[in-house]
Amino acid sequence: MTVTEPTSRALDEIKIGGMGASRRRVEDNRFIRGKGHYVDDVVLPGMLHMEILRSPVAHARIVSIDASAAWEIPGVRLVLTGEMMATRNLAWMPTLSYDTQAVLATDKVRFQGQEVAAVIADDPYIAKDACEAIVVEYEQLPVIVNPTQSLAPDAPLIRDDKVGQVDNVCFTWQVGDQDATDRAFAEADVVSRIEMHYPRSHPSPLETCGSVADFDRATGKLTVYMTTQAPHIVRAAVALIAELPEHLIRIVSPDLGGGFGNKVPVYPGYVISILASILTERPVKWIEDRTGNLISTGFGRDVYLTGEMALRKDGRILGVRMHTDSDHGAFFGDAQPSKFKIGLLHSAFACYDIPTAHLTARGVYTNKAPGGVAYRCSFRVTEAMFFQERMVQAAADDLGMDQAEFRRLNFVRDDDFPHRTPFGFLTDSGQYAKCLQVGLDAIDYEGFLREKAEAAKNGRLLGIGISCMTEPLGAGNSREYDILGIKMFDSAELRVHMTGKAILRTGAKTQGQGHETTWAQIVAHELGIPAEDILVEEGDTDTAPFGMGTYASRSTPVAGAAIAMAARKVKAKARQLAAHLLEVSEEDVEWELGRFYVRSAPDRGVSIQECAMAAYSNMPDGLEPGLEANAYYDPPNLTWPFGCYIATVEIDPATGVWDVLRFVAVDDCGVRINPMIVEGQIMGGLTEAYAMASMQFITFDADGNCIGSNFMDYLLPTAWETPGWELHEVVTPCPHHPIGAKGVGECATVGGPAAFVNAVMDALKGHGVRNVDMPLLPDRVHEALQTRGDVSGAPPIRTDR
Amino acid sequence: MYPSRFAYEAPRTLDEAIGLLHDGAGEAKVLAGGQSLVPLMKLRFANPELLVDINNLPGLDRLETLADGTIRVGALVRHRDLERAGDVHRIQPVVGAAAPLIADPIVRTRGTLVGSLCHADPQGDWAAVVTALRGYVVAQGPGGRREIPIGDFVTGPFQNVLAHDEVAVEAVLPGPRHTVAGGFLKLERRVGDFATAGTAVAIELDGDRVTRAGIALTGVGSRTVDATGAAEALVGRALTSEAIAAAADAAAEAAQPTADHRGSAAYKKHVIHTFVTRILTRVSTTSEQAA
Repeated sequence: MTVTEPTSRALDEIKIGGMGASRRRVEDNRFIRGKGHYVDDVVLPGMLHMEILRSPVAHARIVSIDASAAWEIPGVRLVLTGEMMATRNLAWMPTLSYDTQAVLATDKVRFQGQEVAAVIADDPYIAKDACEAIVVEYEQLPVIVNPTQSLAPDAPLIRDDKVGQVDNVCFTWQVGDQDATDRAFAEADVVSRIEMHYPRSHPSPLETCGSVADFDRATGKLTVYMTTQAPHIVRAAVALIAELPEHLIRIVSPDLGGGFGNKVPVYPGYVISILASILTERPVKWIEDRTGNLISTGFGRDVYLTGEMALRKDGRILGVRMHTDSDHGAFFGDAQPSKFKIGLLHSAFACYDIPTAHLTARGVYTNKAPGGVAYRCSFRVTEAMFFQERMVQAAADDLGMDQAEFRRLNFVRDDDFPHRTPFGFLTDSGQYAKCLQVGLDAIDYEGFLREKAEAAKNGRLLGIGISCMTEPLGAGNSREYDILGIKMFDSAELRVHMTGKAILRTGAKTQGQGHETTWAQIVAHELGIPAEDILVEEGDTDTAPFGMGTYASRSTPVAGAAIAMAARKVKAKARQLAAHLLEVSEEDVEWELGRFYVRSAPDRGVSIQECAMAAYSNMPDGLEPGLEANAYYDPPNLTWPFGCYIATVEIDPATGVWDVLRFVAVDDCGVRINPMIVEGQIMGGLTEAYAMASMQFITFDADGNCIGSNFMDYLLPTAWETPGWELHEVVTPCPHHPIGAKGVGECATVGGPAAFVNAVMDALKGHGVRNVDMPLLPDRVHEALQTRGDVSGAPPIRTDR
Repeated sequence: MYPSRFAYEAPRTLDEAIGLLHDGAGEAKVLAGGQSLVPLMKLRFANPELLVDINNLPGLDRLETLADGTIRVGALVRHRDLERAGDVHRIQPVVGAAAPLIADPIVRTRGTLVGSLCHADPQGDWAAVVTALRGYVVAQGPGGRREIPIGDFVTGPFQNVLAHDEVAVEAVLPGPRHTVAGGFLKLERRVGDFATAGTAVAIELDGDRVTRAGIALTGVGSRTVDATGAAEALVGRALTSEAIAAAADAAAEAAQPTADHRGSAAYKKHVIHTFVTRILTRVSTTSEQAA
């Protein structure tokens, strides 16, 4: 007997650019032609230009500011100082962490590069000349560049502006179960300890920050073109800070030349340009220069981590203690959910089955730039996972266990989900041991260990480092996560036009992630409309639905889910239209990709495009015309991707220079919408991980001078030194996400650094070294070999005067 | 990054350029490749009132090798030209070793060797190469031409001996008399980074005996360090491990580095020692194999 299956008329999902299609990025079409439209491309009639005068010193009382010479330069329209900002109640502004930050300094400058005055002129050259003509008299104060100095009993008070602030501590916080953790340590056979500094880094997108503020006195409307990853948050902030009506504020975030967390906060430059436009009644453009970006805008990391692990002889982890001293600079400006003072640092150890843990955290003020942005990570998850994997390697070494075996033994098992992490997060899915095995097989773990032993006989130093982690991406849910009280959900709005083409808008904001490409693929997957027929638009608060923006790898987990939900609403309505066109009841209509058909007569069907036309031209009685929907999505949980990164290195003992021999990355980010874009994100993330591990840091000398204020000192790796990446994948769909996707944009940056550092430390094993702080510059590695000891990277740097 | 106001002239003849510099009375600067000057102007560390662009001057882009092995590098010869000049590399391998390590490919396309010498950055690479090769700079001013040995040309950090109305028109590397060998090694944190420490070694060998040696160091002093003691340790001797060790010791001794974010002074001296040892050991091994 032969059975003839009815021939499906469903569209080929890959051909229409749906889920799983490695579709070329549509936005690249304009970018590679130089036709992108960035903030600096905005030119408005009558536009003025603003430059900021910054403090050359790190801590000083402002004795006087004389701007009279600046006012006299032809073409200067306005000179603003803190005193003038204060008359408008704008000398200070709130930060994203319930602190305050100076917009223009009034009393003191508290870090090198702090904004002191601004000049608005006919062109930027005049504005710059006028900045140089402003005479500021400073009375220098003692400078603090690290927590030890900050916490010293005789330390000068940095925040003497704050009522009741008696020391330089900006918060203390704790999480976990202290008593249970104490008991675990009492029962331990072995206690392993480690301490380290995760150095200050900077997201350094190629496009610096900037704004064009345009206040129209006649309409009362304020339009601000701005480099922001979260335009709606900015609109809310401007409404609150500048006390302007929210419906008359339009924030437009055009093409962004990268963000990486740098463009989440509201910076003084934006606020000053807005006030300048209100005062001059002219559009005012402010484009930060590279040095301004590196020395004054949101840094990442700068956390001192110490911890210990309670271990049983057989290799099981019983508990973990952690303490962080974090350096927040002059103002506590971390961009993070308000409940958590040190971000999601307590997501550490989420992939290990550990009964209990306790974390204490203390934040301090120093004379350094404020910020604490999540540089390509979900709220200090980078520090968490780096500490975790460095601690795990140290523990394995202390137990004399193989580092891969130690991880395998302590991993949460595949059948043990949902799993409560030692700090209380709920993880829901993963195949940790499988990912590790894929990585070990790819790098030929056993083979490399033999090669390493062989090389050691000739005095060569080879090492292998592993880093495994699951991280929390995609905040909310809204119960736990908010920024300044605004709950963390996201949104999408989908309109299908009568010819079956569509426009999709979301509350996220692409900065290079490729939303214009992948969002269309989600709609294609849900509705069968070819991706090329869908226009994706983001970043204009007058047109986009309210959303919390793009950072912390939250776009696909939250906005991506909202897109799927909006598309499903559209599909539900299209089904009604299909039933009408097919003259059957809705219950008799079946769906296959791109087409509704009659269940009993599969040949009778209508395409989604025919439904769209009917929505405007042939709708049934009683059905609202049009075919569109919006969705606000509040995720039930974070998504938990997993990454396993393995590096092999060789150190030149004579110079301390180390080279990466191979690097294997195994990423499980659930279902991949556009595999090519995912791989691009991973490669970019690994490159940033390599940068932080090998060369990148912003440090300070004892006077608070920023070392790393330009791209000659703050190093971005080039194609020459960046290792080749070998990528592998495992897919464990997210159980609660509508299309099974998890966040991925940051995994490699978060998990990558420990792989490099563990590899170098592995090569140094037996040389008396437990830790060398990042970046592992050749001189540090060499010093470790020479002194047979740890090397700290904490500022101030050692210099000869 | 907005420079101060400046005037710009692009003369067609060398005399015209010298005239403009003369009238500029010390406030004019020559623009060749612009890879150091333009960034400094954008940072307002350099604020010339007049830029005299010499890119239109005829003949300055000539890179010549003469029959006696002399190499003449015109003021408009780009790093890239030197990187690709196989005939130059055959005469002076140290040039071939250094050229691909200058900055990054983008800078190499525009920047010039003569400009690099004039800029006199203590971390510059070419000054070390030219010092090791006992080269000189040819300058032309209102009073005519003069030849300035490289050791006299650079007078301090970012300072040279040129009068305000003189143009450095070429650098000259004298031809070798015997078999040449040498190398250039630089430690940099990343391609395009300034040298943490760098070493140029140029020697001539008659048989296994060193007849001439030049060892110059970059990144380890307020100007290029001519490690004459290291060179003297080699001349008249074979490249034995003792001679190599003596040269490396002397080179490290000559280095005057300061501690900064690239490393401690001791580390930089150690790197110099390592590099001199490595270059000379490679030369020694190669010539043994050739013999």
